[in-house]
Amino acid sequence: MNNSAADQDRVGSRRIKGIAAAPGLASGEAYIWRKFTLQVPRYATNSPSGEVDRLNLATGQARQEIMQIQARVAREAGESEAAVFEAHAMFLDDPALLELTLEAIGGGLNAEAAWMGAIEHYAQELEQIDDETLRARAVDVRDVGQRVVRRLMNITETPTPHLDAPVILVARDLEPSQTASLDKSLVLAFCTAEGGPTSHTAILAKSMGLPAVVGLGEEILSLASGTALLVDGATGMIIVEPTPSEIESFMLASQTARQEAEAELAQAHQPARTTDGKTIEIAANIGSPEDAQRAVDLGAEGVGLLRTEFLYLDRETPPSEDEQFEIYRQILDRMGERPVVVRTLDVGGDKPPRYMDLGQEANPFLGWRAIRVCLENPEFFKVQLRALLRASLGHHLRIMFPMIAVTDEVRQARRLLDLARQELAGQGAELANDIQVGIMVEIPSVAWMADQFAGLVDFFSIGTNDLTQYTFAAERTNEKVAHLNDAIHPAILREVKSVVEAGHKAGIWTGICGELAGDPNAVPILLGLEVDELSMAPASIPHAKAIVRRWSKADAARLANEALNLDSAASVRALVKNA
Amino acid sequence: MKNKIMIITNEVGLHARPAALFVKTASRFKSKIQARNLTNGKSWANAKSIINILALGVSKDNQVEVQAEGEDEDQAIQALDDLVNSDFNQ
Repeated sequence: MNNSAADQDRVGSRRIKGIAAAPGLASGEAYIWRKFTLQVPRYATNSPSGEVDRLNLATGQARQEIMQIQARVAREAGESEAAVFEAHAMFLDDPALLELTLEAIGGGLNAEAAWMGAIEHYAQELEQIDDETLRARAVDVRDVGQRVVRRLMNITETPTPHLDAPVILVARDLEPSQTASLDKSLVLAFCTAEGGPTSHTAILAKSMGLPAVVGLGEEILSLASGTALLVDGATGMIIVEPTPSEIESFMLASQTARQEAEAELAQAHQPARTTDGKTIEIAANIGSPEDAQRAVDLGAEGVGLLRTEFLYLDRETPPSEDEQFEIYRQILDRMGERPVVVRTLDVGGDKPPRYMDLGQEANPFLGWRAIRVCLENPEFFKVQLRALLRASLGHHLRIMFPMIAVTDEVRQARRLLDLARQELAGQGAELANDIQVGIMVEIPSVAWMADQFAGLVDFFSIGTNDLTQYTFAAERTNEKVAHLNDAIHPAILREVKSVVEAGHKAGIWTGICGELAGDPNAVPILLGLEVDELSMAPASIPHAKAIVRRWSKADAARLANEALNLDSAASVRALVKNA
Repeated sequence: MKNKIMIITNEVGLHARPAALFVKTASRFKSKIQARNLTNGKSWANAKSIINILALGVSKDNQVEVQAEGEDEDQAIQALDDLVNSDFNQ
């Protein structure tokens, strides 16, 4: 019997390997979301001047849109990236393009068809050129063309698919603007042809607790909507048209995972106690009042990191003291008796607030940001400090300063905090009197001088995300070097050990608030390194506590010691997996 | 009518930013302004059209002939020459 490829396809399933973006298992039908192609209407009109008016209105609107996008890109990525939109805006004014369009309109054609005809003409002219950069401009010309036609036809940006039933969403890539209006309750998982572990798809999926696999390649886009898929977000594997037995084992695995998650959730409100009776505090990283509720629901014993940037971004003016006070109060109230560590403003040139000029830096992550900006703008900084102090009454507030590099910064910051306290005392405000003051440990200099810093603060919180990028001089978002950025590498573990030891020697506690704290492979090691608190995304809390309960402090310490003597992140993971 | 031959020394030739500056400068003047690429033989293009200028495919060290016709043709040529010579202010 001949087994042609077609026969095999009908008989068996197909596996496609992508990049794991968000863990979880999903089984369902694919919904292929292809980029929307416009159907440009074409008809005769007997009112050329009317068509010219329509065109002018549409190009005016398109110009505004482009300027807005340019401004946003300039903020998020920099001026040179935003410059391409200037070219787009210039296309709108191009006399050659306009001339061709007006000619067609004069001949009785509707604005949409006349315009697109001219756009196509010039796009093709650019495509004929032997120069790759210029051929790429053809894409820009068509993009501008489509923008104007959408305005003429009154169509809003990239329409969202209308979902009737739960599906596995399959697309080339997903942008924030695309997923914003999606009915997420009907999405079972995300699969994209492009993208990496830090793309928007991964971030969105993780925050929703849905599985996601990215970088699957072109072929998934040629699947038909309705195709049965199995998605394993932890391994990055998908199965197309699974066989009955594959579905069965998948369902079994899903069920087991679900049952484990339910069991863990049931125990989430108990402390994380090892088999030999030691406890480690498990707290939550949050960035909003809603997160605070979620943290409580999932068993957080405190907040190890309240990011305060949400108060400052996406608005035209800085938040007032009263505005901030209200929000801090809300969050502290929701957390009740649980300690809350608030990180003071941590913004920089990569994503500056609209009302702050943080300049153009070649390297905003090595530049003027966070505490550096705040110390140079004491009046601005004290607004946040006063709001925090006022909100502190009746709660266990802890304040920590980000991006500290040298001891002088700690002294300056504490001085400003004292000034703020005095200002409030002068107004007769009542504040808590047990507010702890600490620092983020994310710059390697602090790890090296931890003994000296320990005398200046009440606690350390290690920001392993940034500590890792500064230690290995490699960014997570740069695909070429991301493999170097792994927080479980012994180099980072040694820094952690150093900091914890210096802290304990001075009688202060050390927590970890980077993603490493919630990494199941890292939890036993961090436990063994005598870290006092692990603060993580709320969703990770139940599982982290379950892991702690499976270990004894003694065994964890042995594991940690072994890990410290390895020489790669991969070997550390292997060590933990085989433990 | 006034003509001038200019050599584009900019790294990216007349693409992207330089092209935009070239077109913006030309657009300031009333004269009809055209440019052609002597190096690759591409013929006269409207210097006020960004798409036309891009389509000239001017790379680094290409020779471009600029022609201006109108009441301010001298100023136009001068302005464009200055721009090219200052390496587009870069």
